[in-house]
Amino acid sequence: MGRLTILNLNQSFPREDGSRLQVLEDFSLEVQDKEFVCILGSSGCGKTTLLRLIAGLDTGESGSIILDGEEMKGTNPKVGMVFQEYSLFPWRTVIDNIAFGLEMQGINKEERYHIAERYLNLVNLTQFRNSYPSELSGGMRQRVAVARALAVDPVLLLMDEPFGALDAQTRNMLQTELLTIWEKTKKTVVFITHSVDEAVFLADRIIVLTPRPGRICETIPLSLPRPRDRTSVEFAQLRRHVLDLINQPKCTLQ
Amino acid sequence: MATIAGKEHWIKEHWLGVLALILALVFWACYAALIVKNSFLLPGPGDVLLAFIDLLQKGILLADFGVSLMHFAIGLSGAILIGIPIGIAMGWNRKADEFLNPLIEILRPIPPLAWIPFAIIWFGFTPVSAGFVIFVGAFFPILINTYTGFRGVPRIFVEAGRMLGCTKTNDQIRYIAFPAALPSVVSGIRIATGVGWMCLVAAELFGVSNYGLGKNLWFYYNLHQMDAVVVYMLLLGMIGLAIDMVFRYYIDRHFLKWRTGEVA
Repeated sequence: MGRLTILNLNQSFPREDGSRLQVLEDFSLEVQDKEFVCILGSSGCGKTTLLRLIAGLDTGESGSIILDGEEMKGTNPKVGMVFQEYSLFPWRTVIDNIAFGLEMQGINKEERYHIAERYLNLVNLTQFRNSYPSELSGGMRQRVAVARALAVDPVLLLMDEPFGALDAQTRNMLQTELLTIWEKTKKTVVFITHSVDEAVFLADRIIVLTPRPGRICETIPLSLPRPRDRTSVEFAQLRRHVLDLINQPKCTLQ
Repeated sequence: MATIAGKEHWIKEHWLGVLALILALVFWACYAALIVKNSFLLPGPGDVLLAFIDLLQKGILLADFGVSLMHFAIGLSGAILIGIPIGIAMGWNRKADEFLNPLIEILRPIPPLAWIPFAIIWFGFTPVSAGFVIFVGAFFPILINTYTGFRGVPRIFVEAGRMLGCTKTNDQIRYIAFPAALPSVVSGIRIATGVGWMCLVAAELFGVSNYGLGKNLWFYYNLHQMDAVVVYMLLLGMIGLAIDMVFRYYIDRHFLKWRTGEVA
């Protein structure tokens, strides 16, 4: 299971002049089990704030986050996270990075390597088992980050612009790989991006956020079957549709 | 073949430095023999070599070396055992930082040698007394570097850890902050070995043991055997260098292997 319900979430940060900047206002969202949701918005619209609240890294001012009927407080092993970049532990080899969560659960060495090996395989990095992150390319690092988050078998996977720092070619490749992994593992995914192309390629549903305060401006279900062809007419039409929607005044005005 | 090529490579890379050493030695020998002509004011390399062989044969040097290393080990291990935990506490916990920082800042500028009177009063004429002076010199670099290392642990590592179930403070220190801060801690220990070694001669001057490189350097000065004094000076320099080499070539490569690909 992995059904996520967000109810009336509010969050604000203090500004220099003493007033408060409302980042999220009465934010509510329902994500179905095994659904792939992309949250699309320009920078500063509160999408990272939202993800950190779902992750339990921060606490909201009010509202609740419910996973499979259970209200979440703080971080939770059922929720995995892939950060933007540089989140791998540089002092650990690839396999030890992937096994970290299992180690924290107190699983013995043999067993956790056995499991980690499977996820290493899943992201096609078997030959880099004993490499350190500094020896990997940006794309490989993010694949390790995905494997590390999945190794503890969460029901919900949060991804914070995980491919944002990669070159276009690597990004496209990793998107395809991510979908393959998602089909195999069937997690609920909340994926944050500012790329329309990425959202249209990946998502079951796109949520467009307005900036300051972050609110849902549009919800766009995508029924285009996977694998999606970026160069197809349907894909181009969908992309234009999404672009038109996010450029409407109600989505851009503050 | 490989070793010969390696040697050639080594010579190619270091011949300038070797040349400087040879020139200095020749200059020293000529200056002592032809100009100063007084082995009390400036003993020549030959005198020093003879003194070295003499001291070595009597077994004095080995005893000095052992005793000095013991003093050094007492001071350095004390500094590591006390400096690292306090550095961790101050680096990790803001309250501990606020609490201890003024005290540390007042004690830190006091030169280690200024502690000698209290070293004698507290520990008597014992090796621990010399160790204490070295401890004072080695303690602060270790403390400060551990503190900075822990302060600088990237937040994303702690958060990535929390997402993976590393939520207890002890676990966060052990599995995330400590390995992340280790390069800084190690370089603190390295600086501390240098400072501690500098304190060694002075720490042995007040007669804490019958042997010791610093103790006998002073002893032979009182006997006006300046060739022996030079032996001790050179030995102190070379052992200090050797300790530093251990850090550069052993500790860095074995404990900080993961940093090799990074821009330092």
